[in-house]
Formats: sequence, structure tokens, C-alpha cells
Amino acid sequence: MEKGEIVCVLGPNGSGKSTLIKTVCDILKPISGEISVNGLKVGDIGAKEFSKLVGYVPQNYSTSDYMKVFDAVLLGRAPYMSWSYSREDFRMAAKSIHDMGIFDLIDRNVNDLSGGQMQKVTLARAMTQNPEFFVLDEPTSALDLRNQIDTLTAIRNVVRQQNAGALVALHDLNLAIQFCDRVILIKDGRVYRDGRPLDVIDEESIFQVYGVYSEILEGREGRFVHICERAPQ
Amino acid sequence: MNREESSATGWEAYSDRVAELESVYTRSTKRKTLFVIIVLILLMISVAVSLCVGAVDISLTDTLKVLGHAILPGLIDGPEKFWYSNIILNDRLSRVVLCILAGFSLAIAGSVMQNILRNPLVSPFTLGVSSAASFGAALGIIFGAGITGSVMILGHEFFVKNLLLVLLAFLAALGSIAFVIILSRRRDISKSTIILTGVIVSYLFQAGVSLCKYFSDDQALREITMWLLGGMWNACWGVDFLLIPIVLAGVIVLELFSTRINVLSAGDDVASNLGINVPKLRSTSLILCTLVTSVCIAFTGIIGFVGLIAPHVCRMFIGNDSRYLFPASGLLGALILLVSDTVARMIIRPEELPVGIIMYLLGGIFFIWLVSNRKKEVRF
Repeated sequence: MEKGEIVCVLGPNGSGKSTLIKTVCDILKPISGEISVNGLKVGDIGAKEFSKLVGYVPQNYSTSDYMKVFDAVLLGRAPYMSWSYSREDFRMAAKSIHDMGIFDLIDRNVNDLSGGQMQKVTLARAMTQNPEFFVLDEPTSALDLRNQIDTLTAIRNVVRQQNAGALVALHDLNLAIQFCDRVILIKDGRVYRDGRPLDVIDEESIFQVYGVYSEILEGREGRFVHICERAPQ
Repeated sequence: MNREESSATGWEAYSDRVAELESVYTRSTKRKTLFVIIVLILLMISVAVSLCVGAVDISLTDTLKVLGHAILPGLIDGPEKFWYSNIILNDRLSRVVLCILAGFSLAIAGSVMQNILRNPLVSPFTLGVSSAASFGAALGIIFGAGITGSVMILGHEFFVKNLLLVLLAFLAALGSIAFVIILSRRRDISKSTIILTGVIVSYLFQAGVSLCKYFSDDQALREITMWLLGGMWNACWGVDFLLIPIVLAGVIVLELFSTRINVLSAGDDVASNLGINVPKLRSTSLILCTLVTSVCIAFTGIIGFVGLIAPHVCRMFIGNDSRYLFPASGLLGALILLVSDTVARMIIRPEELPVGIIMYLLGGIFFIWLVSNRKKEVRF
């Protein structure tokens, strides 16, 4: 995985996407093999140093009652702060909140937010962490179409502007084609295919991995996947 | 140029946003600090009232003279009625200090436990710590009945019986919290299961207490029954000086953990990714909570409620930032317990009611009023 690119992990439910993501983030330990970041083995990197390298956005966000949006975003500065926040902490948080388009929510209670707004707060927290690599577990799963596009655009902007890398687990094949530079297709806990999105996502791989028929169609802005009820004639 | 510096290029475009965020944060911090100061002032007023009233009412002037004379004997004269000094310094002040220590410990432990386990129903009582400490103390009362010796620690005389009580209360409470720690380390156990286990463990120790009562003689039975009612009857400077260093050390370390405990609100996996050793932080915090609550409970008896209600009231006013929530909860817990104890001493004076009865009545009515009158958010 290189900096400046978005790598997408695709696969059906239970195929091992979240397990892979959590293992990369050192939340789960690998049974075999090893994961390294910038040439360093994950287990050998100190916890604080690792948190500055890899930022994790979980599938299910968690908050506490009576927490404001700005407090939730500033949590991303935990690896950098001691007791109180520095000017740099506020800078990073303000930039992330602005980039995610949620500045008007900063004084709101997180429990009053919609799922889409909360997902953006969670992403802003990870951006405030300022890691070299983002690892996101289905960041668009709870979002409507508009928010899915906004969220992935924001991730792409951060990756490009900060020269970061992103590993994203997704379900939507068309979003993967539109936003990702590389796709890893997982089947039964193993890599089935790995490469550029349109090299990996085709009728054959979709049928093999998901068991559904599809056809790749040519649109005005590129190719897209159309799911069919029966085999296309 | 490092990453933070490189990302700092083009900060001018965000300068207004940074200033706005800092302003919102500073306003929020001031509000939290103001709340802590208000509770502190209310506590100081309560201390003054508590020292003045009792079986013998003493004026505020005489009370201040007693305190001033005790601190600066060469500069300030004592009151005309010299026996006031004995009433205030030996009886009431030691009792006030015990109230503050117990209320502070129970409330801060409640707020730490609630934030550590991310469950608003958690308190030393619901996790079984109080019941376990009761069992330890009941054993201490039975087995310490024949022990009459005393030891000198830090220039103060401590009865061996009392030390045995503290030790057994702490060890039993530690046993109950060990269940919670072991369960909280498992990924497949839900938070509600942990609470349920705490409640079940609580029943187990309550059965132990009943067994102790059943097999104890009349004197021990009376002591255990009074102890279970909860009260400040055991207050004396010897107890206070034993508790002060333990409570102070525990509370300071918990406050130092507050920034890390804040991160747990984002969930265990995210906290782990943010550099927090979650199992270690959770275990250490729970053991410290057990220490500060069990040593206090050993002398005050069962005092529930304050560990549950004080953090909730504080959260309604200042939110969930542990850096402010812990001291605010501690001070409010001390205030609730002190006011309740003062009222308990006043109602049928010169006799007194168990403090728990007053606290449940006053606190319960206040909490119901607060919740039913609460709009979106409490502001002041």
C-alpha cells in the first residue's frame, strides 16, 4: 500500500474484511504472517508512535452521553496531548471539522446528530489524529447517497492533500470503481484478486465472490456495475 | 519538515475556524470550571453550617474563633465557652472530614467506573464493591471482637480492630472487582453482562453478610446492623488520618488518568488505536476505585446512591469530560453526604437518623425534579 492511494477491500459479509482491518490496526494479532508500516513490524512500534502512523475508523462509532462534537473530534489528538490541548491540536481539529463540512455542528451534542453527521464526526476525529495511513471499516455503511459521496470525496481529498494512504472496506462496487486506486477482492478469508478497480471488478469475479449476476456497462463518465436478477443474455 | 509542519502550510485559510474552535472550547472550559467552583463554595458553606449546628448550637463567630485559635493560637483568641473547642474540633470537624472523604471517594469512584465501563448504571454499589466490602467488614467485626490492642501510625493511635476491618473490607471488595476486571478483558462479553455479574456478585456477598449476622453474638450483630445502615458514628481523627492519605493518593492518580479515560468514550478499539492500553487502564482504575471506596465504607457502612447520582447530576451541567467530571462529582458527592448527615443530626436531635435515609429522600426527590425539569441541556 502506497501513500497517496486509496486501497479498497471488497468482499461479502463474513469474508474477513473487518478482521483484516483490525489486524492492520494492531487491534487483533495475526495468527500467521506479519504486517509492517514504513518498514517497521506493527508489533514492534510503540502504541503512541503507531497511533501517529495509522488512524482507525470503526464500522460502529461509539460515543458517550453529554459529549460535544468538538470534544469528540479533539479526542484524535490523544497521542499528542498531555493534559490540555495546544494551538496545534486546535489547528488540526479545526481543519478536519472544516474539511468534513460540519463546523456548524461543533457545539452540538453528539447524541443529537444523525447517522451521517456522526460518521463525519468520526472521520474528522481520525483526520485530527493526522496519521500517515487511514484504515476505515465501511465508512459509508450508515449513510445516504449524498453523504456517501461527500464522505469518500473528503477521504480522497485528505489522501491527496496530506499524501496519506487509505485502506477502506466497502460494499458498493461502483463507489470502489469511482473513488479507489486499487481493489483487493476477498473471498473466504483469502485474497481472490488484487489490482486496479476495473481489472478486478468484472462479471466473473462478482459471480465468484458474491454469487450474483452482473454486467459492466459504459456510462458517460466511465464504466459501472449493473446487478442482474438472472444471467445477462 | 515533519508532517504537522507540512500540513501547516495554508493555515491562513483556517485561521478564523481555529479561532472559533478555540473560543467555543474556552467558553466550555470556563463553564465547567465555574460549576466546580460553585459546588466547592456550596460545600464550604455546608461545612460551616455543619460545624455550627447539632445538639448544641454554636454561633458562626464562635465556630470561626475555635478554628482560628486552633490554627493560629498566638494570634486568635478562642471562644469564651472553652468546651466549644472540644465539640467542634473533636466531634464535629472529624465527622465533617469523614463525610467529605466518603462522599468524595464514592462519587469519584462512581464517575470513573461509569466512564471506564461506558455504562451510566455503574456505581460501587451496582458492581458489588459495597456489598463485598460489607462482607469483609462483617468478618472484621466478628473476628476483631476480642482484639483490643492499638498501634501508633504517623503519631496517631489506631485500633488494630479498625485496621483489620479496613483490610478485610478492601480484600473482599478487591475479590468482587476481580470478576469485573476479568470479564471486561474478554471481547465476547457485553457491557450489560458485566453489570449483571456485578449485581450477582453483590447478592453472593449479601448472602455472606446474612450468614455472618446469623452466626454472630448479640454485640457483633448490633455492630453489623448499625454498620449496614450507614452513618458517621465511627468518625474520629484517627479514622480521618488513616483515610486521608489513601483517598488523596487514589483520587490524584485517577485524576491523572482522566485524559486517557476520556479516550475510552470513542470505544475500546479506537482508544487502543489512539495509543491507550485499554485493559491496563481499566484494571488499574477499577482497583483504585475499589481502594478508595472500600476503605471509606469500612468506617461509614453502606452508603449507596451518592456514587450513582453525583456523576449524573454533574454530567447534566458540564458534560462528560473526565478532567472536570471527576473533581466535580467528588465535590458534589461530598456536598450531598455532608448535607444529608447534617440534616440527619438535626431532625431528632440530640439523637440522629442513619444518613442513608435522609440522602435517599433528599437526593431522590432532587434528582427526579432535575430530570423532569430538564430541557435539552442544563445551562447556568
